[in-house]
Amino acid sequence: MSRVDGRLKVTGAATYSAEYKLPGLAYAVLVGSTIAKGRITGLDTKAAAGAPGVLAVVTHLNSPKVPGFDTVGKDPSQPATVGGPLKIFHDDKIRFNDQPIALVVADTLERARYAAGLVKAQYAQEQHQTNLEANKPRAFLPTSAQKNPKSPMADYQRGQADAYRSGAIKLENEYVIPTEVHHPMELQAITAHWEAPDRLTIYDKTQGTLATRRDFAKEWNLPEANVKVIATFVGGAFGNALHSWPHESAAIIAAKVVNRPVQLMLTREQMFTMVGYRPHTWQKLGMSATADGKITAITHESIGQTSTYEEFTESTLAQTRMMYQSPNLTTRYRLAALDIGSPIWMRGPGEATGAFALESAMDEMAYLLKLDPMEFRLRNYTDQDPENGKPWSTKFLKECYQAGAERVGWSKRKLEPGALRDGDWLVGYGMGVGTFGAHRGGAHASAQLLPGGTVLLQCATTDIGPGTGTAMTQIAADTLGLPPQNIRFELGHSDYPQAGTQGGSSTVNSVGPAVQEACLALKDKLRQLAATGNAAFAAAKKEDVVLADGYLTLSTNAAARVPYADLLKQVGGTAVVVEAKPGSEGQAYSMYSFSVHFAEVRVHVLTGEVRVSKLVSCADAGTIINQKTAANQMKGGAVGGIGMALMEHAIIDDRYGRYVTKDFADYHVPVHADAPAVEVFFVNQPDYHVNALGTKGIGEIATIGVAPAIANAVFNATGKRVRELPITPDKLV
Amino acid sequence: MNPFQYVRPTKPQAAIDAVAKDPNAKFIAGGTNLVDLMKRGVMTPQKLVDINRLPLAQIERQAGGLRIGALALNSAVADDPQVRARQPLLALALNAGASPQLRNMATVGGNMLQRTRCAYFYDTSMPCNKRAPGTGCGALEGVNRMHAIFGFSDKCIAVHPSDMSVALVALDATVQVSGPKGPRSIPFADFHRLPGDTPEKDTNLEPGELITAVDIPDGPFTKHVHYQKVRERASYAFALLSVAAALDIDGTNTIKAARLAMGGVAHKPWRLAAAEQALVGKPATEETFRQAAAVAMQGAKAFKYNAYKLKMGPNAIVQALKTAAAA
Ligand SMILES: Cc1cc2nc3c(=O)[nH]c(=O)nc-3n(C[C@H](O)[C@H](O)[C@H](O)COP(=O)(O)OP(=O)(O)OC[C@H]3O[C@@H](n4cnc5c(N)ncnc54)[C@H](O)[C@@H]3O)c2cc1C
Repeated sequence: MSRVDGRLKVTGAATYSAEYKLPGLAYAVLVGSTIAKGRITGLDTKAAAGAPGVLAVVTHLNSPKVPGFDTVGKDPSQPATVGGPLKIFHDDKIRFNDQPIALVVADTLERARYAAGLVKAQYAQEQHQTNLEANKPRAFLPTSAQKNPKSPMADYQRGQADAYRSGAIKLENEYVIPTEVHHPMELQAITAHWEAPDRLTIYDKTQGTLATRRDFAKEWNLPEANVKVIATFVGGAFGNALHSWPHESAAIIAAKVVNRPVQLMLTREQMFTMVGYRPHTWQKLGMSATADGKITAITHESIGQTSTYEEFTESTLAQTRMMYQSPNLTTRYRLAALDIGSPIWMRGPGEATGAFALESAMDEMAYLLKLDPMEFRLRNYTDQDPENGKPWSTKFLKECYQAGAERVGWSKRKLEPGALRDGDWLVGYGMGVGTFGAHRGGAHASAQLLPGGTVLLQCATTDIGPGTGTAMTQIAADTLGLPPQNIRFELGHSDYPQAGTQGGSSTVNSVGPAVQEACLALKDKLRQLAATGNAAFAAAKKEDVVLADGYLTLSTNAAARVPYADLLKQVGGTAVVVEAKPGSEGQAYSMYSFSVHFAEVRVHVLTGEVRVSKLVSCADAGTIINQKTAANQMKGGAVGGIGMALMEHAIIDDRYGRYVTKDFADYHVPVHADAPAVEVFFVNQPDYHVNALGTKGIGEIATIGVAPAIANAVFNATGKRVRELPITPDKLV
Repeated sequence: MNPFQYVRPTKPQAAIDAVAKDPNAKFIAGGTNLVDLMKRGVMTPQKLVDINRLPLAQIERQAGGLRIGALALNSAVADDPQVRARQPLLALALNAGASPQLRNMATVGGNMLQRTRCAYFYDTSMPCNKRAPGTGCGALEGVNRMHAIFGFSDKCIAVHPSDMSVALVALDATVQVSGPKGPRSIPFADFHRLPGDTPEKDTNLEPGELITAVDIPDGPFTKHVHYQKVRERASYAFALLSVAAALDIDGTNTIKAARLAMGGVAHKPWRLAAAEQALVGKPATEETFRQAAAVAMQGAKAFKYNAYKLKMGPNAIVQALKTAAAA
C-alpha cells in the first residue's frame, strides 16, 4: 500500500509547522553569540528595535519571566537532575558559540532578518573548551551511573575485567566518530500562539506532541490541558525533535511579548548549533580470541561529548554487551563536558557509534585469525542474551547473514585485501551488524464510526517520515475488514489519545497494538449496540463482526444486518468512540531487532575516492506491516550510513569554538549519485513477545552497522584501516 | 540581508555606468553566488544592476575560435554542439560543477567571478583579509583542508572554486570586458590574481568593468581531453582539487601539444606550463605522465590539514592525462 499522505506531501498540500498562517502572525529571527564562553557585557538593540516593521527585540535584559525556568531542577520530589535544557534569555552567560542572545520579531520575515543583523553585542570572553581529544583526561562517569550502579551507563563487567590484555591473539585500537548533524529537510520550526493569557497552542516540529506539551506546560506553570501541541506533518527529524529546544521557548516568549502568534524557523546554519547532533565520540576497543575463532574477552570504552549544562548519554556500548558470546567483557562509558550545545540522539543513536568500533574490530580480528568475517561472527553467535542470560524473544540474524551474503556476492570476496580490481578502482566487500532493543511503550487510540461509514482513528503519535499514518491505516483496515480508503487515521495532536514520542524504533510496536485494540473494541461496541433487540448479534463474538457497505453484519450470519445509521442513532446520532490500551508484556525475554549490512565499495587507486557500488541491508525486524514504507526506512537508514561512513563531519575551529562547516557546501550528506540501489531483505517473522502484531522496529537498525560495513569494505579493497570517520579521499590517497 | 536598490538596464553602457558611478553597486547575473553572499552578510551591495536583459548570451563562431557571451548559461555552454565539438574540455569542466539546477541559472561571467568558499570568508565573525582587509587570515592556522598549495601569501590561502575557469585557463581563453574607459581584452591567465597583500581583489577587473564575452581559440584539443575532479561525494561538491588535461597525440603516440591546469590549489586557476613542456615530444605513457606530474608539483607547499594535496595532486594529474590519452 502506498503512503496515505504521499500525494499531500509531494503536491505541497501538507501543512508543516512554519506554514500556519494565523491572523496577525509575526516572524522571529534569532541572533547567535559569536563567542563560545563568557558573559554578555553589552547589547545594542536600538537600531534593530527601530528598524521598519520590528515589533520587539527580546534579550536576557528584557525577557519576561518564564516561571518554569526558576523551578526546573528544584522540585525536591523529583530525582536530582543532571542539568537541563538551556534557559533562553535567562542570564548573561554564554555556554556555546551561536547561543541565542536576542530574538527579533517583525511583521515580515525579511524585516526580522534584516533587523537581526543590526543587533550588536559585547562580551567578556572566557577560555572555552571545544576539543574532545584535549578534554579526555577530564571525562567523568555520568551522574546517573554514579547514583545508580545498575544504570545502563554504569561500568559493566562479566568474567574478568580487561581480560583481553592477557589474550594470546589480541588487538586494541581507538576509533573516533566526529560530530554529525541530523539535518532533516524541514528546518526546525514553531508557530506559537497564546490563545488566552493562560492557553498556549503551538504548531511545532516535534517527535512527541505530549512530551512537548509537558515541557512547555512546566515552563509556563500551566495545567497540561491548557497547552495544545500540533505536529500534523514533520519533514524528517532523525532525533533532533526528541528534545525541547531553546528556540521553541524563545518563540513562545516572543508570542507573549508581542501578543501575536509568532513563527520562528531556524536557518540551516543554526541547525548545526541549536538543536543537537550525534556527539563526537572517542572509543577504545580491545579484543582477544582463540586461534579457532572464539572471542575470549572484549573491553569497550567510550568518551562522548556533552554540553556543560546538560548530561546527554546514549547507549554507545549496549551492542557490545549482548552481540557476541564473550565470557569476559568490560564496558566503560564516560562523558566530556564541552562549551558547545547539547547533543541529542541521532538515528541509530549510540548503538550506531558503538557498532562502528565493535564491527570494525570484529573485522580486524577476523583478519588476524585469517577467517572470513562472517564465519568469525557465526563462531561467536549467541543463542541467548549473554548480558542477562534470558532467551531471545526471536532472533533470525543467521538468516539475514545468509540472505545478505548471497545478494551482495560475498563469495567473490577475497580474504587478502587489495586483491580485486576493476580498471582504476579497487573493489572490496565488508559487513557490519546492527541491533536495537524492540521497545514498546503504552499507547492509546480512539476509534469512531462516522455516519458516512468511515472509521476515524486518532492518536497523539507523530509521523516524522516512516509512514506511521500509512501503517496504522493498514492495521486498522486489516482489523476491521474495511478497505483502507474507509479508514482515516489522524495523528500529531496532543489532544488525541496518549502515545509516546516517536523515537527508538518503537512507534509501530506501541501504537500498532493500540490501534488494533481500539478497532476490536469498536467492533465489540457496535456489536453490543446491534445486540439491543437483535438476537444474532447478542450471541455473536466481536471477531465475527463485519463492517460492510453501511451495515453491520456477521461473518457467521450474513442475514444479520443493522444499518450504521441505526447504531449511531442509539448513541446520539454522532459517533461511537472507544479508547483502548493494551496490557503490558512480560519481561522474560530479551527483545531485539537485528540487522546486517553488506557493502561492496570501489576505491580509486589514485585519487582515494570511495563509491559504494552495492549495499544490501537485511533485517530481522519482526512482522513487516507495509513492505513499501519499511523498505523505504531501510534504504533511508542505509543512505544515512553512507553519509556517516564517507562524508558527514561537522568541524569546529577550536580557537574560536565555532563551526567552520555551516552549510551543505561544507557539510556533505550523500547525493543520489552516492547511493546505489539499496537492496533490502526482511526475514518477516513475527515476534509475538513484543506485541500481538509481531513487530520489532526498523528505524534504528537501518543505520546501525552500515558505517563499519563500508569501512570494512574499504579495508578489504585497499588494506587501509580507517578508524576515524568519515573516510574521505585524503585519508586513502 | 541589507536593503538594496534594483535596476535592470537593457543596454550594456547603461549597466556599466550604473556600476562605475556607484562603489556600492554590483552586477547581478544568475545570482547563485552573489545572493548567497548577501544573505550571509559577506557582501552588502546597496544597488544591484541586473544584467540579464543585456544581449550577451550568444555562443558564436568567429574567426579562429568561439565567442561565448558572458550571460550564456553554464548549461547552455555545456550542451552547445559547437562547444562540444571544438572545446569538449570546457563542456566537461562545466558539467563537473554544481548541479543541473544551478547550471541552469549560472552564467559564464558569474562563474569566473564566483568567490572563494573558504569558511572564514563566509563567517563574518571570523577574521578574513579577503572579506575584511586587515583582520587576518583565519585559515592560515585554522581548518585549511580545502586550501591552497600554490601561490598563496600569509594574507590569504584561499582557493578559487570554479571548475569552468580551470578549463578556460588551459584553453588560452581571452576575457572581453567593457568599462568606463571602453573595451579591452584580458588573457584568461591574467584575469584572476594571486592574493599577495591585497587578497580582497580576486581579479584584475577595474570598477565598473563588465565582462561581455570569453573567446576561445580553436586548437587541436578536440579528442584527448579530460577533466578530473576529486571530491568527497560523487556529485555536487566543490573540488578537493581538479585537473584539466588536453593532449594532441600523433600517430606514433607522441604528444605534439599539451595543456594542463589545476583547480582547488591556488587563488586562481593554476596553469601548469612547465609540466606541459615536460609532456611535449614524449610518448603518451604513464611514465611520461608521472614525470610531468612531478614537475607540476614543484614549489607546492602544504598547511596543517591539506598535506594530502601534495600526493593527491600528482595522482590526479596522472589520472587526468591517462584518461585524456585514452579518450
Ligand atoms: C550549492 C552550490 C554548489 C556549487 N558548486 C560548484 C562547483 O562544484 N563548481 C563550480 O565551479 N561552481 C559551483 N558553484 C558556483 C556556481 O558556479 C556560481 O555560483 C555561478 O557560476 C555564478 O554565476 P551567476 O551568474 O549566478 O553569478 P552571480 O551570483 O550573479 O554573480 C557572481 C559575481 O559575478 C559578478 N558578475 C556576474 N556577471 C558579470 C559580468 N558579466 N560582468 C562583471 N561582473 C559580473 C557579480 O557582480 C557577482 O559579483 C556552486 C554554487 C552553489 C550555490
